[in-house]
Amino acid sequence: MSEIRNLINITDFTVEEIDELIDVANDIVENHSAYEDICRHKKLGTLFFEPSTRTRLSFEAAMLELGGSVLGFSEAGSSSAAKGESVSDTIQTVGCYVDIIAMRHPKEGAPIVGAKRSTVPIINAGDGGHFHPTQTLTDLLTISRKKGRLNNMTVGLCGDLKFGRTVHSLIEAMLRYEGIKFVLISPEELQVPDYVKASMDKAGAEWCEVESLEDAMPELDILYMTRIQRERFFNEEDYVRLKDSYILDLEKLENAKEDLTIMHPLPRVNEISTEVDSDPRACYFFQALCGKHIRMALILKLLGIKREA
Amino acid sequence: MNIDGVKTGIVLDHIKAGKSMMIYQLLHLDKIDNTVAIIQNATSAKYGRKDIIKIDQLIDLDFDVLGYIDSNITVNIVKDGKLVDKKHLELPEKLDDVIFCKNPRCITSVEQEIVHSFRLTDRENKIYRCAYCDAEHKVK
Repeated sequence: MSEIRNLINITDFTVEEIDELIDVANDIVENHSAYEDICRHKKLGTLFFEPSTRTRLSFEAAMLELGGSVLGFSEAGSSSAAKGESVSDTIQTVGCYVDIIAMRHPKEGAPIVGAKRSTVPIINAGDGGHFHPTQTLTDLLTISRKKGRLNNMTVGLCGDLKFGRTVHSLIEAMLRYEGIKFVLISPEELQVPDYVKASMDKAGAEWCEVESLEDAMPELDILYMTRIQRERFFNEEDYVRLKDSYILDLEKLENAKEDLTIMHPLPRVNEISTEVDSDPRACYFFQALCGKHIRMALILKLLGIKREA
Repeated sequence: MNIDGVKTGIVLDHIKAGKSMMIYQLLHLDKIDNTVAIIQNATSAKYGRKDIIKIDQLIDLDFDVLGYIDSNITVNIVKDGKLVDKKHLELPEKLDDVIFCKNPRCITSVEQEIVHSFRLTDRENKIYRCAYCDAEHKVK
């Protein structure tokens, strides 16, 4: 029996494996009918110990489009976790009923515990503020589709760079590609943590920190927006001052490149004005679609299923 | 160093002054049948003051625990009055159930019977990270 593969952190996959996933995701779009029944009789368990909308639905849509079935729960209250069952026991039990598990848990590291005893592949669909590797895969597929490459570009990350797990994971993933420059756009209070800066230095990546989105705009190939969260600030005045400077609107895009790719992990609140939605550079809903395609490719990879040539 | 007192056994030398009792407890030396001598505040040319533990018996030592507590400790293995092996310790790559994660958001805070595991991520700055949540632990 071959070793079970899991996806806990994006670095569990090599660059070559990520390239392979992107190829499969693109093939799914080009040859959709070849995948319609490829997971027949396979079951995905979606164990969501905390609520989620797009991640859970995109996993479920992905498995259904592959011809498989889905079962699970969408909050801890409707599972045995409410009775005090351990993560390890829940995973071992569910592993008796399904072929692959996507789990989200509020506690950091929960999928690692689950994977230790699991008899089926585990996908981390988010563990608290820790990792969210399928969002990173989604981001990589989006960039690849829009730019035709994952190297040699300037990536601007804007907003809450301190607590935003999607930002940390995306930096970690893109550090493995050549010629990436990171422009980190945030208020001083929400700059990326030191360990992320140390990773960028260790990898020899070019990076800089700025506070003005307008100043950074002209050189960006990718603009990755994130939400600034009110609860991170010590006083309301600072929050109001800073949140307004990071609302992306058409005026701020005047000096942007024509082929800029604007991304956002969603949900957004007000950090991207709705007037931007109709701009051809806005890709965040396309990004959500990419999330389904890459999850389809991921399910196939972890189940060891390939389409017949 | 005087190891005359141990005929066959182990001498833990160059223990940072004041840490010998902690090591005595963590290595469960109170469970040993033979003599265990603790020398505190001995004069050391290298460190000024040091502690020494002499164990009159060859036992399996947890070098990971020892290395974590004080990587300057020297372990001398004595057989028939002769020094047969001398080990210099270093910070171990991995620690299981030696230190415990203090991050309340970590799965270790709620999951039963879980091994608290840390891995060394920065030897120079003596930084460990929780194997589950990556919370930092700096060795003092």
